[in-house]
Amino acid sequence: MGSRLTAEDVTLGYGERMVSTRVSLAVPDGAFTAIVGPNACGKSTLLKAFVRLLTPSSGTVRLDGRDVSGHRPKMFARQVGFLPQGLIAPENIVVRRLVARGRYPHQSLLAAGSAADEEAVRSAMAVAGVTDLAERPVEELSGGQRQRVWIAMVLAQETPYLLLDEPTTFLDITHQYDLLALFARLRDEGRTIVAVLHDINQACRFADHIVAMKGGRVVAQGAPADVVDAALMQEVFGLPSIVMANPVTGTPMVVPTV
Amino acid sequence: MTLRAGPVVVQVERRTAAVSSGLVAVAAVLALVALCYGQAWASPTEVFTALFSGDESGFVIREWRLPRVTAALVFGASLGLAGAIFQNLTRNALGSPDVIGLDAGAYTGALVAITMLNGTAGQLAAGSVTGGLLAAAVIYLLSLNSGLSGLRLVVIGIAVNAMLTALNSWIVLRAEIDVALAATGWNAGSLNGIDWAEARLPFAIVALLVLLLVVLSNEMHQAALGDEVARTTGVRLGRLRLLMVLAGVGCTATVTAVAGPVVFIALAAPQIGRRLARAAGVPLVPAALTGAVLLLAADLVAQLLLAPVALPVGVVTTAIGGCYLIWLLGMEVKRSG
Repeated sequence: MGSRLTAEDVTLGYGERMVSTRVSLAVPDGAFTAIVGPNACGKSTLLKAFVRLLTPSSGTVRLDGRDVSGHRPKMFARQVGFLPQGLIAPENIVVRRLVARGRYPHQSLLAAGSAADEEAVRSAMAVAGVTDLAERPVEELSGGQRQRVWIAMVLAQETPYLLLDEPTTFLDITHQYDLLALFARLRDEGRTIVAVLHDINQACRFADHIVAMKGGRVVAQGAPADVVDAALMQEVFGLPSIVMANPVTGTPMVVPTV
Repeated sequence: MTLRAGPVVVQVERRTAAVSSGLVAVAAVLALVALCYGQAWASPTEVFTALFSGDESGFVIREWRLPRVTAALVFGASLGLAGAIFQNLTRNALGSPDVIGLDAGAYTGALVAITMLNGTAGQLAAGSVTGGLLAAAVIYLLSLNSGLSGLRLVVIGIAVNAMLTALNSWIVLRAEIDVALAATGWNAGSLNGIDWAEARLPFAIVALLVLLLVVLSNEMHQAALGDEVARTTGVRLGRLRLLMVLAGVGCTATVTAVAGPVVFIALAAPQIGRRLARAAGVPLVPAALTGAVLLLAADLVAQLLLAPVALPVGVVTTAIGGCYLIWLLGMEVKRSG
């Protein structure tokens, strides 16, 4: 499996505070990668470095072999889409309008709303299941609906890469599984997905590639069945557990013994 | 609703379009009334004859009243735009250039231009813009730790405004008596006696700034989604913010250079426009149109209130604006408390 998006020896931090030192990660193309680890282990920070929100103090993040900071912003935004945490929609904006904002990197100075844009917005809303909400103001929607609207916006960006920071947090369990199944479908259609996830069992169930982080370092990575075991759970989360096969999918299932 | 003009395609909310048309109509009616008003009321027929025939009898309307009405519309729109720009940047209804001291800063720059230099139109414009930018830079540096948005920037701005107002009084007190008298009358913000020669340069500057804002409008919409989404969808945020500050200071300083600090329009117009249009964020077009209507209406009241004495328009806007500001501060403190 090739990797167009890579981080090499990157050191990341905010001001004086270093979060990660010398992390390397090659994002496998066409796969669903889940980044897991305890709070403040540098997962989100690493994701931000991949989408150019954070410039490494040393090391390089590359897309197609070229430093991401050297790409033109709109060109990069046509390749890599990102969904941050805690988004707040502008007041009074309706769903269709918000989703259409995902087309920004494809638009020139004055022309907004080409036929290709309209089609991308329509299709993104259909895939994310928000077509029925198109004319509703975003602030009137439930948390789960709102999250799907933001995902539709990133989908309308039509990027081969989709990076998501804790997309399932604050959703009820049904919406969590809906979203993860959606990501798996997008992966099947050829997109590369990278998501920071909190639930290790969901990560094992849906992702092809697990990246386990602790203290700003990548501790282990690989297929869920190859890396997730009791030793890893102890090392990364300090949580004594047994790992058994998920009765539905056969993927690893972690059961804490505390 | 989609408007197409050749390669340019603009999406417009239907309600925004309707509200904008309504505001244009109100502005047109007010403009007609203002053109009729004078020492002797002219009839609308006389006004139209004066505007389109060009004979000697229409001189007063064409050369005295029309520049004043046009200036009220253009400057009102300019102030409305400046307010909308800064309210978008600070994401706060109080983050308007007249509240956070940019007007006062521009006025300081203009005072320096009159008292220490010759006070030509060019020097006044340059002085105002420089003063406004310096005030913006000071506020930015003082609120760096708490970020560009939020109530703290506004509070720092109010403090800067108070200090600059004191500085302005000091400059006027120290100035020669004739300069001081001129500066004091001007301090209130006035359109009295404005003519075409005086208005030409500011009109041209405002037109250029509007052009810049048209080019930036799509990027500004995108920036309203929050820093992270804006940047990861390809907005160059640093460059955008710098251009917005330049455009906003330019809009407010240009008006200050000619008419003195006219408060309240920049503060209220964007919020009134936003509520009328029920649009996302603080939209620029309704803000500009509301500003034009407000300033023209205020100027009419200023002329009519104690007629035949024409008050400076700034006195009227200050009186109304003070009440609005108190109400808004109350709402803001309630919201953050």
